[in-house]
Amino acid sequence: MNAHPHAPQARVDSITPLARLDQVTCSYAQGRPVLDDVSLTIRPGTFTGIVGPSGSGKTTVLRLLLGLVQPRTGTVIRRPDLRVGYVPQVETINWNFPVTVAETVLMSARNGRRWPWTNTVEQAGVADVLDRLGIGDLAHRHIRELSGGQQQRVFIARALFSSPELLLMDEPTSGVDVRTRHEMLHLLSELHASGISIVVTTHDLNGLAAHLPHLICLNTRVMGVGAPNDVLTSDILERTYGAPMEVLEHAGMPLIIEGRHAPTVRHTS
Amino acid sequence: MWNTLIEPFQYGFLRHAIVVCTIAGALCGLLGVFVTLRGMSYIGHGLSHAIFGGAAICAAVGLNFFVGAGVWGLASGLAVSRVTRRRVIAADAAIGVITTASFAFGIALLGLYTRVKQSIEATVFGSVLGVSLTDMWVIIAIAIATAAVIISYYRPLLFTTFDPEVADVSGVNIARIDALLMLLLTFAILASMKVLGVTLIAAALVIPPTVARLLTNSFKRMLIISTSIGAFSGLVGMYLSYHLDISSGATIVLVNFLLFAIAYAYTGTKRLNRRPTPRPQGEAAATVSATRSSQPLPTP
Repeated sequence: MNAHPHAPQARVDSITPLARLDQVTCSYAQGRPVLDDVSLTIRPGTFTGIVGPSGSGKTTVLRLLLGLVQPRTGTVIRRPDLRVGYVPQVETINWNFPVTVAETVLMSARNGRRWPWTNTVEQAGVADVLDRLGIGDLAHRHIRELSGGQQQRVFIARALFSSPELLLMDEPTSGVDVRTRHEMLHLLSELHASGISIVVTTHDLNGLAAHLPHLICLNTRVMGVGAPNDVLTSDILERTYGAPMEVLEHAGMPLIIEGRHAPTVRHTS
Repeated sequence: MWNTLIEPFQYGFLRHAIVVCTIAGALCGLLGVFVTLRGMSYIGHGLSHAIFGGAAICAAVGLNFFVGAGVWGLASGLAVSRVTRRRVIAADAAIGVITTASFAFGIALLGLYTRVKQSIEATVFGSVLGVSLTDMWVIIAIAIATAAVIISYYRPLLFTTFDPEVADVSGVNIARIDALLMLLLTFAILASMKVLGVTLIAAALVIPPTVARLLTNSFKRMLIISTSIGAFSGLVGMYLSYHLDISSGATIVLVNFLLFAIAYAYTGTKRLNRRPTPRPQGEAAATVSATRSSQPLPTP
């Protein structure tokens, strides 16, 4: 964890993890563990997808990284000065709440201001982040009056407004159409290219996970860690999802088909 | 008409009552925005019942109403928070158990002490009779303090009301903000209880923000509209109470309800007349190029 004192700053940043889970076991109330002996490391500059079925502990990993839940055993280590942005699942948002897009973004301002009035610096900051996400003309619209993809962008904008080094997103492509999913994927790629480390949870294997550079397959325990071609295999996916999965290759990428008897099956794993 | 308006000003206690009713309505309208948006409507109902128990004790043992009932109300609020934090009992059930027990305790005391019994109707349904100068100054002080706290903590209050989990990870001390809101609510109920009554105060907390929500999509405007509706209902309700000789809590809530009915009919008509707006297809993001996603993302 500690870098050499004479190492250049860039070198220090690339090797010091942003956050780490070490042999973490976590459970809610007295139930069975949601996570069991999970160890993982989030390094600077990485773009990680956490895949697994419903109830596999994906969201709990994010909540541990955010400090919202404490592990029963094991340790969660976060770089002390780490700035984290969090984009929750859109299903958890109260869309009837009376707030505009600009008001939502402004919530995450970390300048210590608590009054209702905004200054010109804040107004310019909100306009900038909304423009960056292509929703600059929607600043004064109510959040319910937007499309699914636009709504997701509002909450990414809110997270970005606090200038995070690490962006955590819970199911960013849940319930969106194919085009919106493609655009979301490329938006996240642009954010990653701009230097933000990203962790997303998803159960969308073909639409999102297969396109990410680094994956963690999770079902209470870590079933596999690595590049999509290394972990999206029939063996790891069957252990992760508890159901038969076939993996084909398409344009150099894994293509996952649920079930054992897919037509014209060509195993690549 | 003019006589109808100025007649209550001839009596000192009614001058106080006009101020207290107007401010009580405004205060409940203002705090009601947070109460309704946080899904805490039942807490307002519960707290007023809990405070009634405290008020009965104060009357029985001759303790100052504001001190005794305030401490009792806060203790009940904290007890509710503690019971619900265990997650075994749902919040509404916890409020039901603790606050109705407090209310029952108050009723039992009223049965035992005859000198308390005479004010039961006024306590339960509200009355403009006997509003003192002290009551007026207390509610003015509480209203000023509440407005100051809401302005000073506007952003954390909005954030914790909308998205407490993200507010928490963004560095907002949500426990402190929740406690602050509970404190304001307890004092507001305490100061308004005399004119609004135990059983009707919850309506004064819920109806103005509901009307305001029908009329606006903006949080700031909702605060202003709800406070104004509360104040208007308090003022008009006080006049109706005086002239019709009905409990002030009932008249204030009925004015609130009338405003709700008008707003509901108005917004319903607007909705019927409004053409459906076509939803944007996919994304409006011009800055994001729609390239094929059949290739892996570039890894820097």
